[in-house]
Amino acid sequence: MSTPATMNMSTETCSKTETIEVRVWRGTQEGEFKSYPVPRFESQTILDVVSFIQREVDETLSYRFACRVGMCGSCAMLVNGQARWTCRTHVSKVLNGSNTLEIAPLANLPVIKDLSTDMTQFFDKWASAKGQFKGANTRKDPLARVKPSSPERLAADAGIECIGCGVCYSSCDVVTWRPDYLGPAALNRAWTLTNDTRDTAKLDRLRVIAGDAGCHSCHSHFACTERCPKGISPTASIAGLKRLIGRMAAKGELT
Amino acid sequence: MSSQGIAQAKAWYWQRISAMVLALFVIVHLVIMIIAIRDGLTAAEIFSRTKGNLAFGIFYALFVLACAVHVPIGIAKISEEWLGLSAAASSLLAKALALIIVVLGLTAVWGVI
Amino acid sequence: MRAAPRRSGRAQSIAYWAFVVHRVSGLVLALFLPIHFLLLSQAIRGEAALDNALALTELPLVKFAEWGLVVLLTLHLVGGIRLILIEFGPWRGQRSGWITASVFVAAGTGFLFLYNMLVTV
Repeated sequence: MSTPATMNMSTETCSKTETIEVRVWRGTQEGEFKSYPVPRFESQTILDVVSFIQREVDETLSYRFACRVGMCGSCAMLVNGQARWTCRTHVSKVLNGSNTLEIAPLANLPVIKDLSTDMTQFFDKWASAKGQFKGANTRKDPLARVKPSSPERLAADAGIECIGCGVCYSSCDVVTWRPDYLGPAALNRAWTLTNDTRDTAKLDRLRVIAGDAGCHSCHSHFACTERCPKGISPTASIAGLKRLIGRMAAKGELT
Repeated sequence: MSSQGIAQAKAWYWQRISAMVLALFVIVHLVIMIIAIRDGLTAAEIFSRTKGNLAFGIFYALFVLACAVHVPIGIAKISEEWLGLSAAASSLLAKALALIIVVLGLTAVWGVI
Repeated sequence: MRAAPRRSGRAQSIAYWAFVVHRVSGLVLALFLPIHFLLLSQAIRGEAALDNALALTELPLVKFAEWGLVVLLTLHLVGGIRLILIEFGPWRGQRSGWITASVFVAAGTGFLFLYNMLVTV
């Protein structure tokens, strides 16, 4: 299977003879940055760059991608130190006058090899924050009626588009400082579910969220909000969780 | 498990409540300090304001108590995140600090009133 | 050979620095507080005892520290109000206007204090 993009890169006559120097992390937890020269094109994404290196220069480079159109979140990596979707990051956007790039695996996650990280802890925390919908209705019950303009639904909608790419998790200082911290994605999902009026697991979920490694460890650095490619603000969701849990604890409802 | 959650939630809202109280106290204190420093810092200068002044006494006593709530909670979080203390150790540190603030603070208030 | 890179410290956002200032100022103030109380509680021993302790405030280093603490207290105060608004107020993002305000108010307060401290009647 070949992509038209890389086919064109090697056979097309470059109007520019510009080359960029791309430093790519090679190794696992320990390793080094290796430099690769890559032809520069006008419309070029970081994913194009990585694919070029793996297909034309060094086939031993390990990296991950799938949809390459900004839907799946698989291609997230550190580009010049910032977590991004590489398929939706144009080289022109991050070069900033220089001609070098640095590409590394997502932070806060164990490195499997080169640019691929082990996302297990990310999804484990999602699960332990009870990030799954639990309903009481069966197919025999009438459809639930949820008003789209209700405050709960608006709150849920603000965070519902998360695709679990790990960019926010990778950007969070608190995740770095407290390895057990649930993280922005898991907490954001917990918030959207808490605001789903059909969900029945609210109390169980909030008990976990209120715990040591939960929402109270967020110090509103906003890194997650700044980096989220979907424009979600986990900081806002976590603030909502803090208020809700605070109210419930004060009223003795958080048993 | 949930007792931990309740403790965390309470620490969170007590710190915010004490913060809101302290905001008012601190503004007043800053004004007093800026005025007071004009005449230099001497015992006489301080006593001229504080001696026998019950309002002052109550104000600063409450200020000390609010600090005793607010400061330890913050220090506990810092010690957990940056010093790697366990939840139990940071909680102990917080309680010790609260005691120190109350004792030293109220002694200071008593001294100047 | 080196360890895998963390997220770069270079491009930290303004909200991150607001956090650092808030935490460090709080820490410094917390460490100062017992000293502050110990000094003032010398008043129990009488006016002379307090004056003795306050003689320290003649030192230029102490004067600088006093000014510094006033600035840190103001930064912590205004930054704290920002956090209360973020956690309890209507959602308006990271409220960077308040970060700017904290710098200006702290600078102003610091200036007023310094002026009053150095320009004696």
